[in-house]
Amino acid sequence: MTTTTLAVLVPLLPFLGAVAGLLLGRTAPGFVRPLAVLPPLGALALAVTVAVRQGSGQAVSAATELTPTGSVPIELALYIDGFAALVAVLVGLVATCVQIYSTGYLRDDPRYPSYAALVSLFTSAMLLVVYSGDLMVLLVGWEIMGICSYFLVGHYWETPEARAASIKAFLVTKLGDVPFLIGLFALATDAGSFRITKILGTVASGGLDHPTLIALLLLAGVAGKSAQFPLHTWLPDAMAGPTPVSALIHAATMVAAGVYFVARLLPVFAASAAALVVLAVMAAVTMTGSALAALAQDDIKRVLAYSTIGQLGYMTGALAVGDRGAAVFHLISHGAFKALLFLGAGVIIHAAGTNSLAAMSRMRNLRARVPDAFWTMTVALLALAAIPPFSGFFSKEAVLGAAEHVATGHTEGVPGAAGWIVLVSGLVTALLTAAYAMRLWLLTFRGHGAEAPDHGRQPLSMNAVLWVLAVPSVVLGLGIGPLPDWFDGHDLTPTLTTSVLATGVALVGAITTYGAWRHTSAMAVHFPIGVVAAYPDADGGMVEAEAIASHAPAYGDVASAHDPADPGRLLLGPLHRHAAVGFHLDAVYAALFVRPVQAGAALVRFLDREVVDTYVRGAATLPRWLGEAVRRAQTGNVQTYVSALLAGTVVLTVAVLLVATAGA
Amino acid sequence: MTLAAATVAAAQTTTTAAGPQGFLSPTGVEIAFLLVGLVTFGAAIVTVTTKQLVHAALWLVVALGGLAVEYLLLTAEFIAWVQVLIYVGSVVVLLLFGLMLTRAPIGRSPDADSANRWAALAVAIAAACALVWVVVDAFRTTWIDLDGPAAGSTAVTGASLFQSWVLPFEALSVLLLAALVGAIVLSRRTAAEQRGADATPAGERPAGTPAPGGRPTGADRSSAGARPTSGARTEHDARPSGDDTRADPAGSAPGADDESRGDRKEGAR
Amino acid sequence: MHLAYPAVLSALLFCTGLYGVLARRNAILVLMSVELMLNAVNLNLVAFDIWLSRTAQDTLHSGQALTLFTIAIAAAEIGIGLAIVLAVYRNRGTSDIDRLRDTAESAASDDDPESARPETAEKAEATA
Repeated sequence: MTTTTLAVLVPLLPFLGAVAGLLLGRTAPGFVRPLAVLPPLGALALAVTVAVRQGSGQAVSAATELTPTGSVPIELALYIDGFAALVAVLVGLVATCVQIYSTGYLRDDPRYPSYAALVSLFTSAMLLVVYSGDLMVLLVGWEIMGICSYFLVGHYWETPEARAASIKAFLVTKLGDVPFLIGLFALATDAGSFRITKILGTVASGGLDHPTLIALLLLAGVAGKSAQFPLHTWLPDAMAGPTPVSALIHAATMVAAGVYFVARLLPVFAASAAALVVLAVMAAVTMTGSALAALAQDDIKRVLAYSTIGQLGYMTGALAVGDRGAAVFHLISHGAFKALLFLGAGVIIHAAGTNSLAAMSRMRNLRARVPDAFWTMTVALLALAAIPPFSGFFSKEAVLGAAEHVATGHTEGVPGAAGWIVLVSGLVTALLTAAYAMRLWLLTFRGHGAEAPDHGRQPLSMNAVLWVLAVPSVVLGLGIGPLPDWFDGHDLTPTLTTSVLATGVALVGAITTYGAWRHTSAMAVHFPIGVVAAYPDADGGMVEAEAIASHAPAYGDVASAHDPADPGRLLLGPLHRHAAVGFHLDAVYAALFVRPVQAGAALVRFLDREVVDTYVRGAATLPRWLGEAVRRAQTGNVQTYVSALLAGTVVLTVAVLLVATAGA
Repeated sequence: MTLAAATVAAAQTTTTAAGPQGFLSPTGVEIAFLLVGLVTFGAAIVTVTTKQLVHAALWLVVALGGLAVEYLLLTAEFIAWVQVLIYVGSVVVLLLFGLMLTRAPIGRSPDADSANRWAALAVAIAAACALVWVVVDAFRTTWIDLDGPAAGSTAVTGASLFQSWVLPFEALSVLLLAALVGAIVLSRRTAAEQRGADATPAGERPAGTPAPGGRPTGADRSSAGARPTSGARTEHDARPSGDDTRADPAGSAPGADDESRGDRKEGAR
Repeated sequence: MHLAYPAVLSALLFCTGLYGVLARRNAILVLMSVELMLNAVNLNLVAFDIWLSRTAQDTLHSGQALTLFTIAIAAAEIGIGLAIVLAVYRNRGTSDIDRLRDTAESAASDDDPESARPETAEKAEATA
């Protein structure tokens, strides 16, 4: 088979698996698990084959036009270069791991068939986005991912948090998608095609008329999908979905789609210096803000969600300094270790019966209960904090190195301001990232107090994938050698200055957090706090749904807990209160958009009920009065009727006579 | 107005033929016509205004008789005799029978005119003004030459009737037959009604059962809902029905009749 | 003789009958008034027939023939009319025209079709 055929099969296999899963889900429950696991596995194998065949050679591009579609043709096009091949492998890997993990995590869930089918459908859509060479086809996958995300976030639709979160995720991403669509049209109009290759050719020849406008419109969609400031607020709430979904969609793949999209069309963005600066500012605000917020969260998954936002900020920062190789490198390594973190968090939530860090910090020996999760999460947290020699170190250093190159003026066509912004904020975020990673590790695994509840060993399917994902988290750093050949050819080797600086601040952050923890952990025993799920023997999904639903009643807030033993509280000081609620961005949105809309709706309702209806009722009043009058006349007295009839006849006769004689 | 124009043209021809005849110099026939006409009109006025119902019928005889005289003055003698025979002889008698059968009160009845009378008066006067104005305006100079052979003698009328109008005449006989049948059908009662009337004595008739005098539902409804004075029925039911002068089927329906009498009394109050 | 004399007399008699029809309560008196109106028409027919037979040499005598027909029809009408009046009288106990108000719009049906329904049903039966 040719590479093209294989590449077509990659998105097709999960799609067929999804269709079959949806159709057979109720009638043949025995087929559901194989149908969930095997298609992503096949897609992974095929993606690996494609990647190996394609190698670092020339990009594969193939297209077929199904039907004429007006002025700008839409084609079923494939465009596979090094980025696409590697991201597809990552998507296939994480999707396979998540499907295997889900068989254990949601083993008793009655809605597992539809869940697995939706995950497969999502995988298919993501692979379509990755391989697509036509922006319209890419948009199809993009929107399918959005709707799958909506359904999967709302998997526990019995809880109000999940319902609200799914609607919020859908609306916020759609808010970005509308300008995104307009931007796509504008881009295609300028370039005369939706084909990525042709667009890039147009850009290279300087044929783009409105690069800044197009870039900013596209950025809105990217910000929505990749959870960048100011459209990031849906991602922390989306943690109300099952943990495997969070790992696949809201950490490794879908949120990376925006970054991947910009990486694909980077020349379009690079054509506008203003767009790059906007991208850099967006990245800087996102990564520092989300890192501060992550330090204040109590829900373990929300910590990871804010961490995801921050790491996506690194990727957009890399794009802002024009180095898509670094961005995609970080995308891949982050996808691996963040998926691992989420899946490990799922194991921990299941074992501890709670998702609250405050409650976990009051449990002794939790790490002994989940040794696999403990070791793999430690690895992943080290990678997250960019401690050498783990993968996160190399990918983050690639980003910072590129920023430093730009800041020092070594790169053509990219404004130096963008480099400085990304570099400074990246260093600050490195400090904060290490701090919250340390806090997470300490609170989770170094708790004091009562013995952690024993729920027996976790299912093998869940523990095994943790180790599978731990491998790339450790060894992906080796990729700095061959990867530049796959990418643009930029050197990804860490530079000494940034390496020392970033590792230094990371260590400072970690040590400071450790010190603060030592200071505060003594208080934990005086402040008993925490609840655990009532059904310790249920599967992970059930425990997690319960933990989410009980968090707000137990701790007063869905995001934070009043825990004086929290080192984050000490570190952030007065900032903690604001960071816990995401710097009041939701309140700002509520004041800016929700309340005006509700007020407008109330006004419209008032206008309709009181003003328009008044006219309608008024219009009905006159006929009713007339009807009353006519009804009065219906006396039933025949003589009256005849009198009126004859009087009318006389009047008419006289009138006719007068008219006739006057005319004669 | 084409008719008016034609009549004006005809009038011109007559005036040229017979010379001018003014209103101020009436002929003898005209004076007679005028006097009889005044009597007729007066009788008609009294007929429609009198409060004694039987008198109204009698004044109607005067009015119709006056019209017969007018026909004679117009030389239509056959019509005049027919008028006397049919109207005065049979129609008025029939009307008098009707008055008696519906128990019209003898003597003055103050409620002979309905509340509609002022509207009726206005309409009538307006119609009279319009008609008189039109007629006078169109025919004020038209002259009828009454001399010569009578235009409405029996011979002339019979000749035209049985030569030109024989087919409509025969059709009219069918119409009369239909009217005869219709009157009988309307007047008689069905066998079921008859049986119901015989089975239930009038005084003990429950409110829900059909009234014996008429159609079951109609009578029942009217006695139950339309007229509130049904309480007066029982005292009248005691009256023997033998003194009824009526020989028609209505005589065997004393309940309904007595109710009507009670009604009438109340209406008179 | 001037044609205006019988024509005016006819018009006045007609309007007198008209007043009677409109103003009288008793149905038989109304029938009498109808007779008056018919006779007014008859007078008109006869007068114009005489005039036309003299002036236009009309030998058809349609006016007199129609007068005879009218008289016959009037006789039939009075027979049927009296039968109807008697039937009404038997059923309703009255022959007053202004008491036969089954087609009246009842006051109870104001804005309330529910309460009006039994009455209308009753009317439908009563008039059936």
